[in-house]
Amino acid sequence: MALVLAVGLLLGLAACAQKAEQPAAPPAAQQPAPPPEKPVLKVGTEAAYPPFEWVDEKTGELKGFDMDLIRAIAEEAGFKADIRNMAWDGLIPALLAKEIDIIVSGMTITEERAQAVTFSDPYFKSGQVIMSHKDAGIKGPDDLAGKDVSVQVNTTGQFAMEKLNDRLKTEGKKPVNIKKFKSTPDAINEVKIGGAVACVIDLPVALEHMKANPGDPFVIGEPINVEYLGMAMRKEDTELHAKINRALAALKASGKYDQIYAQYFGK
Amino acid sequence: MSLDWQVIERYFPFLLGGAWLTLRLTVITTALGTIIGLFAAIARLSRFRIFSWPAAAYVDFFRGTPLLAQIMLIHFGLPQLFGYKPNMVVDAIAALSINCGAYVTEIFRAGIQSIERGQTEAALSLGMTPVQAMRYVILPQAFRRVLPPLGNEFIAMLKDSSMVSIISMEELLFRGMISAGRSFRPFPIWIMVSLLYLAMTLPFTRLVSWMEMKLKREHRREGS
Repeated sequence: MALVLAVGLLLGLAACAQKAEQPAAPPAAQQPAPPPEKPVLKVGTEAAYPPFEWVDEKTGELKGFDMDLIRAIAEEAGFKADIRNMAWDGLIPALLAKEIDIIVSGMTITEERAQAVTFSDPYFKSGQVIMSHKDAGIKGPDDLAGKDVSVQVNTTGQFAMEKLNDRLKTEGKKPVNIKKFKSTPDAINEVKIGGAVACVIDLPVALEHMKANPGDPFVIGEPINVEYLGMAMRKEDTELHAKINRALAALKASGKYDQIYAQYFGK
Repeated sequence: MSLDWQVIERYFPFLLGGAWLTLRLTVITTALGTIIGLFAAIARLSRFRIFSWPAAAYVDFFRGTPLLAQIMLIHFGLPQLFGYKPNMVVDAIAALSINCGAYVTEIFRAGIQSIERGQTEAALSLGMTPVQAMRYVILPQAFRRVLPPLGNEFIAMLKDSSMVSIISMEELLFRGMISAGRSFRPFPIWIMVSLLYLAMTLPFTRLVSWMEMKLKREHRREGS
């Protein structure tokens, strides 16, 4: 045991010695200067949200519109994107704790969120829809009164239902029972197994789900609101904020944005 | 930067509601789990394989797999398999009780087995049936021994109950996450959550200590 520790220590010291030697090496007369390391942009996302971000089950890679977009933005702005998959509810805490520098996760720009973080320019126009079980006969938000509706926790779907409940209360109707799930797939599953009559999610996500699961007994309603997605950053990172917006504008001007968009949302 | 009294005022009632649910869930599921565990332990110790084998399989499965997976299996998996409409409360209580029962089984089994063979032999030689021996001699003594680990199990269940948030039950921890996500003030929120948990576990540990002391005194009086 002591021998193993001793060998380990020696190897560690040798490695440190190696690193220490490099500055002492002769100045770059013979060797070409290595390209300067690109600064790393730590990106946080919850990869359970196709077509925006998901994990490819065969390769384990993070795929999706958001993923391609942030990789393109990073390249344009001179960063190396290091994308981390995390729980949705942990994204803003991680950003504020400096574990990540930017959130790209289908996050809607809201006033409440904007009090704690700053958003990039909007990069996508979306809306919440009610995806209901086809046997439930849900025609619009008012049909949800008194029913079980699933949402992902702390998303605009949840907030939309809370606003609806405020209105239903003044009209003397029964409130919606808002069942909050940790991820959108769980919320959708709940409708599938009959635990809720509908879920309230982003329109592109609903469409993508139906595309991938055509056999599912769902009906997608009209959008109940208009929202814009943004990339969240810390308020004090004004330089990063400017860089990201510049890069986004450049991609839109060059047509690269449209290219990526067409890949996921083109007919 | 520190405790934001506005946040505390605004979210405390919400969190308190979550704590109430956690408490009710824990009490019900520990009670059910104890009953399940008692019967499963006796089955486990039975000479007949038709009883001992399923009991052992039950313990192995529910101790050997994560509680989270069990909850998911019961709530999302079974309805998919059998096509019935799930009930969130029933699923949560079922998953927690069955899980608790597996651990309680081992607690009771160890407790029963720790009673010296001599007790059973004496009971039988007095003319009691094995069932009477178990009921009047073994179990009462075993109960005193299992009280500390049972108390431990209750406290473990209190904290494990947070897992049911995955099927949208708003117990204390989930309400903490919802509140932290809405207020962006994690520090006061999580302090409140921790204090609420403590408010539930501390009185319980006192209660268990008191029960242990009471039983010990009775035991001594019986002239052991």
